[in-house]
Amino acid sequence: MRRATTFLSTLLLAVMLLAVPGAFGPAQAQNPIQADGQNPMGARPTADSVNEEFLFKQESKIRGRVSIPDGKAANLIQPQGREYQNFRERWLPWIGALTILGMLAALGAFFLFRGRIMMEHSQESGKKILRFNAFERFTHWMTAVCFIILSLSGLNYIFGKRLLMPLIGPEAFGAIAQWAKYSHVYLAWPFMLGVAFMFVLWIKDNIPNKVDWAWIKAGGGFIGKGHPHAARFNAGQKGVFWMVAGFGAAMAATGLMMLFPFALTDINGMQVMQVIHSVIGIVFIAGILAHIYIGTLGMEGAYDAMGSGKVDLAWARAHHDLWVEKEQARTASGPQLKGHPAPAE
Amino acid sequence: MARMKFLCDADRCIECNACVTACKNEHEVPWGINRRRVVTLNDGKPGERSVSMACMHCTDAPCAAVCPVNCFYTTADAVVLHSKDICIGCGYCFYACPFGAPQYPRVGNFGSRGKMDKCTYCSGGPEADFSTAEYEKYGSNRLAEGKLPLCAEMCSTKALLAGDGEMIAEIYKLRVIKRGYGSGAWGWKTAYRETVAI
Repeated sequence: MRRATTFLSTLLLAVMLLAVPGAFGPAQAQNPIQADGQNPMGARPTADSVNEEFLFKQESKIRGRVSIPDGKAANLIQPQGREYQNFRERWLPWIGALTILGMLAALGAFFLFRGRIMMEHSQESGKKILRFNAFERFTHWMTAVCFIILSLSGLNYIFGKRLLMPLIGPEAFGAIAQWAKYSHVYLAWPFMLGVAFMFVLWIKDNIPNKVDWAWIKAGGGFIGKGHPHAARFNAGQKGVFWMVAGFGAAMAATGLMMLFPFALTDINGMQVMQVIHSVIGIVFIAGILAHIYIGTLGMEGAYDAMGSGKVDLAWARAHHDLWVEKEQARTASGPQLKGHPAPAE
Repeated sequence: MARMKFLCDADRCIECNACVTACKNEHEVPWGINRRRVVTLNDGKPGERSVSMACMHCTDAPCAAVCPVNCFYTTADAVVLHSKDICIGCGYCFYACPFGAPQYPRVGNFGSRGKMDKCTYCSGGPEADFSTAEYEKYGSNRLAEGKLPLCAEMCSTKALLAGDGEMIAEIYKLRVIKRGYGSGAWGWKTAYRETVAI
């Protein structure tokens, strides 16, 4: 009897405890799951907690509070990591391989079809004209050397473990990859400086105009005979300039975000930066491969512009006639027109 | 062989952070690195729950997949470990990890992070078991001693379960049946692409 009384009183207490909160929110008492999925006053307060499925419906990742200073640790689950994994391992190697090998194949086909574009000789052959001064060449080569090392160390992040690691083993590859990473991180700075310098140096000669349109319509001299008019830079070179400026800026912006991780963005932002940096990097490499081809193997006489800085006047007249006219008008008696006839063989 | 997993019963976790402390002490984890942490959801609101989270030792681990130097490996117990000798500290594993497990001793000097550190499921690294090198780089190797991770072993409410995935799922299921509710196996769907049916 005593036990029954105790039991009854306990039951009564329990009913009261459950009923009292219900009095404050009758609607909630009838429907323990509120519209927002939380149940502050339900019959079984521990039963209706937040759960994963519900939280993922509210937001793409689950965040909470942590008692440590590292704010990133407050992310409990971010399934986007799986999407990043999918991009980096399923898509990126194919994007990279097809773009770069595709460009090499296109350049190879062009070389077979068109061959090396040879210089056309005239009475002006042998005379030289200054095309790029020492500072311009220094800036170009500083940027170029950085670009090549950045490209190789960048490609190493994608292809190193697939191509190099099986050849030299994990320890040696780990050491190389560590130095590649350091070079990528440190040479980014002179590269960014170089792109900025080139932008300032050459932008005045790279504003698109009507001459460029005519140059494009004429096929740039690549197709058919004759040379369309061009000033200091033709439309193709302007394209390279704007590609370097645009892609350089994009690589710098995304790269800086990675150099200072989480400074401006969260985990998903970092993933997006990686995707942009890698895709633009690959397209950039393909574009620069074409630039290297036409500046060296693809065209006789073109390399001198960045080599010695002085190009053959006949070549300059053929490819950049408007620029030669302007230069000659400007410095008719200037030093750069002092002919240096080719020495007799 | 067992398929080792962690399962945090959020309806039991009281956010005491003993797992965090135990982990730090057991492995002499450096300042600033948290191999395990407790995240409180809906803090101060009804339905609040805390979840103790560390590396979940995923199936098809994203960290291992994205690593540009393949420094990760999976043991016979399905524990995801890595070699600090090969790691270059690029930080990609942190971007890929759904659980924020990878930790780095530094952030700065143009993103030089140092060698990545993460939960080893108390099972060391590639060095010989119980060697000084293993202890210095990865902490103690309890699994080789036949013991389970310390965080779970010393959990005061037995919220954090470690062990073979099927066994801990079974324990959790029985709990759910007995008490009539359960907020689920947090992170399992993302980590193992399967969850505990409750």
